Amino acid sequence: MIKNISNLGDAALYCDFGTEVNKEINSKVIRYFKSIQKENIDGINNLTPSYNKLIISFDLRKKNFQTIKKLIENLNVTNDDKLETNRIKIPVCCDENFSLDIKRLEEKLQINRDKIYEKFFGKEFFCYMTGFIAGMPFLGDLENELQAKRLETPRVKVPKGSVGLTEQFANVYTFESPGGWNIIGNTPQVIFDSTKEKNPNLINPGDVVTFEQITKDQYYNNNE
Amino acid sequence: MNKNYFEIKRAGINTTFQDQGRGNLYHIGIPFSGAMDNRNFQISNKLVGNEVNFPIIEFAYQGPLLKYFGENINFAITGDVKFIIRKKNNAIEGNCYQSFTLENGDELDIISTNKSVYGYLAVSGKFDVNYQWSSCSVNTKANIGANNGKKIEDGQNIYISNINKNLSDKKLNYINTKIENIRVIQGTNFDYFSDEGKKIFFEKEFVISKLSDRMGMRLEGPKIENIVDTNIKSEGLLKGVIQIPADGNPIIMLSDHGTIGGYPKIGVVISADYDKLVQLTPGSKIKFKKVELADAETLFKLYDLETQNLISQI
Repeated sequence: MIKNISNLGDAALYCDFGTEVNKEINSKVIRYFKSIQKENIDGINNLTPSYNKLIISFDLRKKNFQTIKKLIENLNVTNDDKLETNRIKIPVCCDENFSLDIKRLEEKLQINRDKIYEKFFGKEFFCYMTGFIAGMPFLGDLENELQAKRLETPRVKVPKGSVGLTEQFANVYTFESPGGWNIIGNTPQVIFDSTKEKNPNLINPGDVVTFEQITKDQYYNNNE
Repeated sequence: MNKNYFEIKRAGINTTFQDQGRGNLYHIGIPFSGAMDNRNFQISNKLVGNEVNFPIIEFAYQGPLLKYFGENINFAITGDVKFIIRKKNNAIEGNCYQSFTLENGDELDIISTNKSVYGYLAVSGKFDVNYQWSSCSVNTKANIGANNGKKIEDGQNIYISNINKNLSDKKLNYINTKIENIRVIQGTNFDYFSDEGKKIFFEKEFVISKLSDRMGMRLEGPKIENIVDTNIKSEGLLKGVIQIPADGNPIIMLSDHGTIGGYPKIGVVISADYDKLVQLTPGSKIKFKKVELADAETLFKLYDLETQNLISQI
């Protein structure tokens, strides 16, 4: 299933599953990621699944590229295993204080905000990967009508909880961070909880996510 | 309990608790973090009789001014650091790679790092810090690790427990050497760049920009021309990865880097050169030198052996 394995530097494997971004390829990446995680191979100290790549880092004191490559090539990963997925609902408030880029988006996409929200909230998203900042989920796929480029000048500070769109993806800023996504709302839900030693991420690769619109009152009364 | 502590009279610029860092969390967006210069981190602990992976205080440029209260304790500083120990009646300038004793009321003034970025302070005891995912390393971006994931601040107290009762003086003869040539393995997007761009990358000098921190090091120099695409589909990053964004200026990922990114990877700094790379100050000139994987593996073995030798000499 892996098309090619090369080295990324002297302490990592770069596993290439293809160039396209779709659920089928991403599911293969996630299957490998979960299988390797289960194997608990001594010396492997990080795995980074993404749309169509899997990077496997290892401790160069214990292992090297050739030994890990052999282990991965001999790993039996089948398409048959059902991927464990959770269904998660995220409340989002689109009050004008939160929907920082809705006006810009109306202009970019040439459709009004009601239509944008109708499409966004009616959609089921698939989590391709998490990262960049802790717990940030990359969710797809938005239909063509909702696809917009990043802001030309990224914000220095995107507020925590912001829900943004870019190209075919939606995401949630789990921390205040610089960023260039088109922000359409904000969630009071904690997406990354660093006090949890196990499963600090609410959303994980392979999960199915829907968004639910809430009012300002509901936003501030959220006990999460 | 906890009657031994430092009062932080001046925190310094970027003073944090660090240890060996935390693995196996890239997939949820958390990088290794940990001491930037692993060799100097381990040596500092050994100089005060600790296990090499004990929590230490890492500082950059200007260090902290600490006043000590409690029973006698040893400390050691590693790196290339100017510091002064102020006792009741006198003050002495300290030396790196040597342990000193602090008595109740003494002040340790870590003035600055000399022509280097990071220095390490270890004490013969254990800083009372909280661990997250088996590491105390502070990641200020995600507020993870000791001190609520924040830098050490003016006015706070830092408590120390389990002070070693046998304070023995230790010393190591060691001088940090500097490097100008950073050895690099070609990256997975090497062919995104023009022949001229590739040539520039391995032949010309680059200057380290002021916009460098624990997350990354930005370089300035001749632009490296991309002939394929200035973006790739976002994928994993590692420390040492050199990305070239659309402006043509390289960025090297360092220990607190974002875990995924979408700029083409022209190269990766070899593991053997990482500790030296992070110590280069803004304004320093560097050149990249191409090496093959097998050579990089050998060079790391040698570097690691050298580190182990230094530790065993203490």
